Amino acid sequence: MTSLFEYAPAPESRSIVDIAPSYGLFVDGEFVDGSGEPMKTVNPATEEVLSEIAVGTEADVDRAVKAARRAHTRVWGPMRPADRGKYLFRIARILQERAREFAVLESLDNGKPIRESRDVDVPLAAAHFFYHAGWADKLSYAGLGPDPRPHGVAGQVIPWNFPLLMLAWKVAPALATGNTVVLKPAETTPLSALLFAEVCRQADLPPGVVNVVTGAGETGRAVVEHDDVDKVAFTGSTEVGRSIARAVAGTRKALTLELGGKAANIVFDDAPIDQAVEGIVRGIFFNQGHVCCAGSRLLVQESVHDEVIASLQRRIGTLRVGDPLDKNTDIGAINSAEQLARIRELSEIGEAEGAHRWQPACELPDRGFWFPPTVFTDVSPAHRIARDEVFGPVLSVLTFRTPDEAVAKANNTTYGLSAGIWTEKGSRILAIADRLRAGVVWANTFNQFDPTSPFGGYKQSGYGREGGRHGLAAYLKESAR
Amino acid sequence: MSDRLAVRKTYKLYVNGAFPRSESGRTYEVADARGAFLANAAWASRKDARDAVVAARAAFGRWSRATAYNRGQVLYRVAEVMEGRHAQFCEEVAAGEGLSSGRARAVVDAAIDRWVWYAGWTDKLAAVLGSANPVAGPFFDFSLPEPTGVVAVLAPQRSSLLGLVSVLAPVLAGGNTAVVVTSHRRPLPAVTLGEVLATSDVPGGVVNLLTGDAGEIGPWLAEHDDVDAVDLTGAPADRALELERLAAGSIKRVLRPPAEEPDWTADPGTSRMTRFLETKTVWHPKGV
Repeated sequence: MTSLFEYAPAPESRSIVDIAPSYGLFVDGEFVDGSGEPMKTVNPATEEVLSEIAVGTEADVDRAVKAARRAHTRVWGPMRPADRGKYLFRIARILQERAREFAVLESLDNGKPIRESRDVDVPLAAAHFFYHAGWADKLSYAGLGPDPRPHGVAGQVIPWNFPLLMLAWKVAPALATGNTVVLKPAETTPLSALLFAEVCRQADLPPGVVNVVTGAGETGRAVVEHDDVDKVAFTGSTEVGRSIARAVAGTRKALTLELGGKAANIVFDDAPIDQAVEGIVRGIFFNQGHVCCAGSRLLVQESVHDEVIASLQRRIGTLRVGDPLDKNTDIGAINSAEQLARIRELSEIGEAEGAHRWQPACELPDRGFWFPPTVFTDVSPAHRIARDEVFGPVLSVLTFRTPDEAVAKANNTTYGLSAGIWTEKGSRILAIADRLRAGVVWANTFNQFDPTSPFGGYKQSGYGREGGRHGLAAYLKESAR
Repeated sequence: MSDRLAVRKTYKLYVNGAFPRSESGRTYEVADARGAFLANAAWASRKDARDAVVAARAAFGRWSRATAYNRGQVLYRVAEVMEGRHAQFCEEVAAGEGLSSGRARAVVDAAIDRWVWYAGWTDKLAAVLGSANPVAGPFFDFSLPEPTGVVAVLAPQRSSLLGLVSVLAPVLAGGNTAVVVTSHRRPLPAVTLGEVLATSDVPGGVVNLLTGDAGEIGPWLAEHDDVDAVDLTGAPADRALELERLAAGSIKRVLRPPAEEPDWTADPGTSRMTRFLETKTVWHPKGV
């Protein structure tokens, strides 16, 4: 299909961000050199090198943990809870003030459309700090006993799909509950965490309360395995989650994991089709499908299958793939060459196993990492594309006849992070939601997030919650009544 | 004194609502605290453990979807039926744990009362642990506790009845089903508890009791892909690390073993229930 409308490019200016040619680690309130061989972070839309990033070794992580321990013992732990809260309020405000800068930087480093970084990632990150700020002096009301205590030093390892937002999900509750933090951002998206370090300085946050140690897997391992880390929080793949659970086995460390997903998005025949199609698109193409809770398995009631697919294809034909900084862009760049290779591989396996691949005619830029929005029909539950997390803009379509069959197919996965239900019938929403083994169920919507709303998985999608009163439990030790 | 020869009881496993012997044909001698022979108990094997997991999985749907009121009544019924067998439990606890009859009576009383405590929790959990979440959008957003699934429980080694009830009842109150490896040296009260459960409206398969060696069966349960969580309270100290590592393979929820066996008479709190509960958040749209 040819493009319905021609748009003039509407690029957001990148002059608002000032990316340094190189960055150090943020330890004890200072930027310091890393001991490892520095790495480069690239703009996935152009393959242009954005900056050179320090790599933390075991020794660097040890310095960061020591700084965090000191800050916890001397400053952050003894501080009046209301004052801890005020620091978080300050951080929330600075994030709002510098929102445009963060949004552009995030889109440059990650490849996500500016529309999303501007309207979702950054405002939600600020909201998380604002929400948790208020908890700091109300923890005795959190249902964890009259005097719940922080663990101490939290080691946090976050993914590349929502670099700043995942930082906020981790750092805000940790600080509000009185823990100090050693954060390891993702290898391919360190820049917004380093800008956040600058925000901490602007907020006059005491040194050592937040430490950012950049690097790849080895750096993350050093954080997780450090003896003086009391709590480990990880968001990422189930594979790495398993190895982290093994690594903390037999220690005193508390652990929460937010891992992969293969969410079912269930469309019943009475659903408002146009609205459902918007939700399907939001479910799988939001953030290029780099979303652990993406609605990557579409379960359509057989009687409306053809209508839904036709409408979906028409809608996908209008999606604009390209420059992440263009305000008209719907789908940006795939985050890395490695991820692109995985998406290609699984898509090829999908075809080889007999599913039918559909992609709209769309021009992709010459440079950078790109994958067009893709729909697989004739998918069977045994296919790899119906079972493995693709983590890309690839939708697998399956059908069902009865609600029981929909539930059985939706639950037929080792994951259990999220699910969607599309129907006009409120009673059906609640009945189906009851039977889905998933931590978050969206009805007639998808991919909604809010700091007040607990998020996290069942089964191999991990354990622990982020957000809401439930999320505090991950960072506090219950006190006896 | 009557000269009637007593009819002795055969101590078997409790799996899927029935009382099978171990498929392995193995038994082991159980002695009282002074070393005198008490009984031959069934020595559960890997196959028995796998059968128990199948039964627990099959029972999960019905038990987890039972109303909280119904689950509460069933657990209360367990207390009622236990009360009727009070003397038998006292005798077995006294023999196995080497307690005076007065101490044994206190232990049995506490075990029965523990069922009553948890029976009263089933229909409070959602109110205490759930929430309505004030999201910034047109949604009714709520979070509720739901059971984790099939929980493998390595029961305490010393406290053969009160300890057992203290780890089992919270798993059931939340709506989970259980595969329990009982105290190795003191398994007899567990077998009698199985007989109580079988006559207390607890659906078959909801609780499965395996007498045997936690060190032997524990690894099979810890790495079983259809087990969702493990309680390592009664794990042998030198095996706990291995068991937790095995459990990581399918991201099981793990309750680590305490440094030493806790005082089971203390206030149980809610943490044993919350450990085996998931939080489900539902976003329901608002609109006219």
